[in-house]
Amino acid sequence: MKVTVFVTPKKTVLDPQGAAVGHAMEHLGLNPSSDVRVGKTIEFDVDGTDTPELREQIDKICDGLLSNPVIEDYRYELA
Amino acid sequence: MKIAIIQFPGSNCDRDAYYALAGVFNQPTRLFWHKRPSLAGAECVVLPGGFSYGDYLRCGAIARFSPVMKAVVEFAQNGGPVIGICNGFQILCEAGLLPGALVRNEGMEFICETSKLKVEDSMDYFNQSSLGETIDIPIAHGEGNYRIDDDGLAELEANNQILFRYANNPNGSKADIAGIRNKEGNVFGMMPHPERAVEDLHPSRDGIGVFKAFLKSQMARQKA
Repeated sequence: MKVTVFVTPKKTVLDPQGAAVGHAMEHLGLNPSSDVRVGKTIEFDVDGTDTPELREQIDKICDGLLSNPVIEDYRYELA
Repeated sequence: MKIAIIQFPGSNCDRDAYYALAGVFNQPTRLFWHKRPSLAGAECVVLPGGFSYGDYLRCGAIARFSPVMKAVVEFAQNGGPVIGICNGFQILCEAGLLPGALVRNEGMEFICETSKLKVEDSMDYFNQSSLGETIDIPIAHGEGNYRIDDDGLAELEANNQILFRYANNPNGSKADIAGIRNKEGNVFGMMPHPERAVEDLHPSRDGIGVFKAFLKSQMARQKA
């Protein structure tokens, strides 16, 4: 089963990287109607099926290692 | 005090810290590779600056899971003195030994300059009467922007946990914070580099006062 984790900076945390990308978009004539946020995607495979136990394990990895709850949010997709 | 300086893959201020503590202070100091399972009787731990694990994922995020960190966390929780400088500060925050987190500098630039720090009255020896009202210490970081929520900041202020504030905030840090300690007073973290301010060819020698204050405060704590 493929796990795709999306990590983004929390709304309340300034995202200088997103701001820089947003400025570049403006230079190209596209004015985004919101702040641009830059995050990261982490992909990996796990054995097994979509069970509460598997989700609990993935949450543990997301919360401790893949994202820092002080500054980032995460969500993931299973496929 | 027997001092252990932890080396992670990517540490680059480990030998500077060694030079400052062993060379300038003449303290018994050893370098510890991060794969060591124990601290082998060390009485003080230094997490030096650098780019542990290339700062991949987030600064300090992977180092926090290095084998030696289990011993460091246990040591800190038992009251052992720990100081984290720059990347070491980031690791302490990631490990949950200090509150908050460090993110990209507000201006997006990597900043390398001497920074004037306002000394806060935090605890015995770590105060203005011991260190002076301001000190000059070099900074060198791209992710030194300290973030904490309002409740966390109120707690830091209420417990006198703030060690230093930038006189001219270079990176957007909340409340100009450059360094903090934990509530108990044994875990310290700061972005500026005191080990780069210990001899005449450095921009200042104010780092000597910082290390002296840290070691004295920890000795006073242990006697109390």
